[in-house]
Amino acid sequence: MSKITSLADLKKKREEMKTGLDLRVKAINPENVVQVKVAMATCGIASGAKTVMEFFLEQLERRNVAAIVTQTGCMGYCYAEPTIEVKLPGADPVVFGFVDLKRADQIIEKYIKTGELVDGIIPVNYQTIDLKE
Amino acid sequence: MKELSLNILDIVQNSIRAKANEISVEIIESVVSDIYRIIIKDNGTGIPEEIIKNVTDPFVTTRTKRRMGLGLPLLKYHAELTGGSLKIESETGKGTKIRADFSNSHIDRQPLGDISGVLLIHMASDPGIDFTYIHKTDDGEYRFSAKETMEYLEIETLNDRNLLDLIGNMIDENLIKIEASGIDFKELNRDAI
Repeated sequence: MSKITSLADLKKKREEMKTGLDLRVKAINPENVVQVKVAMATCGIASGAKTVMEFFLEQLERRNVAAIVTQTGCMGYCYAEPTIEVKLPGADPVVFGFVDLKRADQIIEKYIKTGELVDGIIPVNYQTIDLKE
Repeated sequence: MKELSLNILDIVQNSIRAKANEISVEIIESVVSDIYRIIIKDNGTGIPEEIIKNVTDPFVTTRTKRRMGLGLPLLKYHAELTGGSLKIESETGKGTKIRADFSNSHIDRQPLGDISGVLLIHMASDPGIDFTYIHKTDDGEYRFSAKETMEYLEIETLNDRNLLDLIGNMIDENLIKIEASGIDFKELNRDAI
């Protein structure tokens, strides 16, 4: 690829590679698409959340999965970072912990594409110490 | 965290949570003056006066559920490891400015890492925020503005994945062009920085 060093180069290259898939269009009705939230607080970032987020941003588009990938703060599962929350259309959100690139790939191929659960789910009945009576 | 770009990612997350819609990251890097300075500014809600005095204490945070925050303490720790410092200015309702100074040549000064990747993550997931990135070295200056880029390209958001890849490429190429050589071509004065 030729070097892009200015906005003029960027505009020219964009015209050459014009592509349709725009998250903004998908965001019009987010309930109809897969929503992935990556926890990006200090604990998540220190454990590799940036790499996980880049993986989901790139791979969901490459694998033609209509999805919104966004970030969120700490979900309180610092011990299990990086953590992500996945919400399939019409289903309850599921939180996965210890998400490395291998598990991220499984989440896309099994849970997002077929609904099959994979290892690493943080149970919904988990409570932080603060919330326990 | 092994790269300064991850510290920046973390601090910018604070700005986003503070409802900022203008965030600027500026890096001043001088081999000649032995300075590596990171300035992060936002127009968010600001840090309350009673918290700002102790904001680098890990057990002081504006959060109410999990009363611990490590972002600023970590950045301060990394700066002080090199003999540098962290300074915070904030006004409620107007925004916050964080300045971290490092000794550029210190062995414990971490590399910057993938700063274009950090910017792209934010532009992809927070398209409503105007990000500005400025990087100054002894040999030049590069400035990227999400808003100016959108105006130039006549588009409303920057969240097209292919476009973001091109922008990352553009930022990286420009940072290579101004990479600090350490040669005092312009006889830079320390006071000028």
